[in-house]
Amino acid sequence: MSTVVTDTHSAHDAHDHHDHKPTGIKRWLFTTNHKDIGTMYLWFSFLMFLVGGSMALMIRAELFQPGMQLVDPHFFNQMTTMHGVIMVFGAVMPAFVGLANWMIPLMIGAPDMALPRMNNWSFWILPFAFLILLSSFLMPGGAPAFGWTFYAPLSTTYSTDSTALFVFSMHIMGMSSIMGAINVIVTIMNMRAPGMTYMKMPLFVWTWFITAFLLIAVMPVLAGVVTMVLTDKYFGTFFFDAAGGGDPVLFQHLFWFFGHPEVYIMILPSFGIVSAIIPAFARKPLFGYASMVYATASIAGLSFLVWAHHMFTTGMPTFASLFFMYMTMLIAVPTGVKVFNWVTTMWRGAMTFETPMLFAIAFVVLFTIGGLSGIMLAITPVDYQYHDTYFVVAHFHYVLVSGAVFSIMAAAYYWLPKWSGVMYDDFLSKLHFWASLISVNILFFPMHFVGLAGMPRRIPDYALQFADINAIVSVGGFLFGFSQLIFLAVVVKAALKKGEPAPAKPWEGAEGLEWTVPSPAPYHTFDVPPQVK
Amino acid sequence: MSTEQNNPQKYYVPDQSIWPLVGSVALGLIAFGAAHYTIEFSRQEAGFGHWVLLAGLVVLLIMLVGWFGDQIRESRAGLYNAQLGRSYRQGMLWFIFSEVMFFMAFFGALFYARMIAVPWLGGASNNEMTNQILWPNFEAAWPLLSTPSGIETQAMGWFGLPLINTIILVISSVTLHFAHVGLEEGKRKKLINWLIATIVLGLIFLGLQMYEYVYAYRDLGLTLQSGIYGNTFFLLTGFHGLHVTLGAILLIVMLFRCWAGHFSKNDQFAFQASAWYWHFVDVVWICLFVFVYIL
Repeated sequence: MSTVVTDTHSAHDAHDHHDHKPTGIKRWLFTTNHKDIGTMYLWFSFLMFLVGGSMALMIRAELFQPGMQLVDPHFFNQMTTMHGVIMVFGAVMPAFVGLANWMIPLMIGAPDMALPRMNNWSFWILPFAFLILLSSFLMPGGAPAFGWTFYAPLSTTYSTDSTALFVFSMHIMGMSSIMGAINVIVTIMNMRAPGMTYMKMPLFVWTWFITAFLLIAVMPVLAGVVTMVLTDKYFGTFFFDAAGGGDPVLFQHLFWFFGHPEVYIMILPSFGIVSAIIPAFARKPLFGYASMVYATASIAGLSFLVWAHHMFTTGMPTFASLFFMYMTMLIAVPTGVKVFNWVTTMWRGAMTFETPMLFAIAFVVLFTIGGLSGIMLAITPVDYQYHDTYFVVAHFHYVLVSGAVFSIMAAAYYWLPKWSGVMYDDFLSKLHFWASLISVNILFFPMHFVGLAGMPRRIPDYALQFADINAIVSVGGFLFGFSQLIFLAVVVKAALKKGEPAPAKPWEGAEGLEWTVPSPAPYHTFDVPPQVK
Repeated sequence: MSTEQNNPQKYYVPDQSIWPLVGSVALGLIAFGAAHYTIEFSRQEAGFGHWVLLAGLVVLLIMLVGWFGDQIRESRAGLYNAQLGRSYRQGMLWFIFSEVMFFMAFFGALFYARMIAVPWLGGASNNEMTNQILWPNFEAAWPLLSTPSGIETQAMGWFGLPLINTIILVISSVTLHFAHVGLEEGKRKKLINWLIATIVLGLIFLGLQMYEYVYAYRDLGLTLQSGIYGNTFFLLTGFHGLHVTLGAILLIVMLFRCWAGHFSKNDQFAFQASAWYWHFVDVVWICLFVFVYIL
């Protein structure tokens, strides 16, 4: 991957009549600018991160001690459900779309996303979707309480009327995701600067390219399955009811056919981010660029063939269990290739440890822990022990929080100078990193132990022998939650331009077209495409 | 604006537009209204849901007219270049792919019910005791005319109306192709006549499909509630029918644009996209005819 650039037009760009910024609220409401839309996505996702996070703190407060203290079980279930839904669809996914919006046009030398108006539509659907979802708290019986996986018959026979709001808000969230993904894919296929061949694209672009494909393939399946939940609950169908010839297990098959690619949707862009940051601060080109691309594509392909590893305890035929177990373990191979490449990139590099690099290294280590517990879960016979315990919770929070969320933090620190034009507050950012790193492990590591010992997930009360570890976990949870306010302070400071002015390329070893434009990036960049050699 | 036209390298990035926000408001109203209407409908209560839904649909209509109006004006003004045309075409193809995956979910449910769920309820594989203990009088069959809980229905045959409808829809794909050939050749009369023929065939299909639903409900006792056979039948054909309706609306708009003389050999994205959509709907129907009606 080489991105040497001759751009004689940047001086001219600054004086272009197009570069005036619209002002006021209209700038944000009616915008067609990828940077504005990226910014809105990122702020929205951070808001949702705080909303979903406060629900997690509610959960951890209740679980601090055994017994029922603060909330009733039904409300506890609403908290676990809404925490999951908001974090997946409101925090992590929009954060990645925001990064894609900001960075993909800058990385491939495009003037904007390919379909700028649709881009704005994708964003503005989200606030409405989440308003509708959150309004379900005001319904009789409260918000959805069936878990973010909304298994039938919990979501059909045994749910409250908030289900209808859940279903329709999912529908429009799905439309937003599909439009966003179409935009990303078309931008990458059609808007690359001359000379930017596919195998020269930065890995963040590659991983998003593949992620967008996954999104277009599985979000419609989610739309289909929520539709069936709606008709089962309200219109008398029997898709998930054996009395009419259906099967609740059918729900799980359809849901996880969406759900497993979905978890890769939430991690593949992380791989791209880390693959940008580690070479920059190890001052070495990424080791095994092509193998990274192929590994990402293999992971995406395999993700369609592993869904039933979430369902080993449903009584599937043995041959099906075996098939899904082997396919799942196969994913360890391309994932291992990636971890190997990151480590090898750092090997004998001239390393420095700026905040983005710290988060990236933490990602590699902690994501690998989550990956290894994933292999444990993939083994059918032992999954009978782990299924629906806190071990599962520990596993997916390692890959999602210390994986996906850490990579988003890394990306935010890495590109914040480009977005804001100032360097972030170094002391606060390091404080944020160390507080997050320590607390995230206090929060999630002990969950493995209570899980292996048999503590079930999504239960507001537990047996006395789990008390000590749960108290520790809750302390970690509150520490982690409040540490994120440091991040908010850092970002607000940068957004208010309080800090040292950043040069066009603040990181010595960074590569890519985004560092050829000034910091902050002008409102319009690459009006005339650069030449990539 | 002249710079855009003179510079083939320059991509058209539109100025600000109100329509995406209007579209989001519309979808928000539709989702919120539809959810509340569903709840009120199932409880037979009067409420505000249908008003919100209606308001959302009106706003959506305003948005579609306004947004597509802008697009058409810009396209006629020559602001678009070949690269933008490629973006639109690729975007449309990926959209159709997402639609394919939407139908896959329902076909998946159909196949699972036929191949796995219903036979297992009847005791197949190692499920003898499921059948003996839970549903002792249930016998697996497809179409599932008698559910485990005892709902009875009759099957919709493939001969007759469904076969006629299949032929109509296949012919409509051919006539649309002729219309496209007319467009390529610059023969406006040929284009418009074949396009009208396509639309008429599409509307006949929809009419017959509605009649088939009446026939199913009235004469066969086949309803949305008659077990997994009726569920898959009505959701698959129903969503297909909605897509045919959308496709017909697209083609009708194209007809008006053809009358206005909008398209040419090199400037025909909207027509092409509508045609692709129509062919896609046709292919879905053929899958439906094979898997829902015949097999």
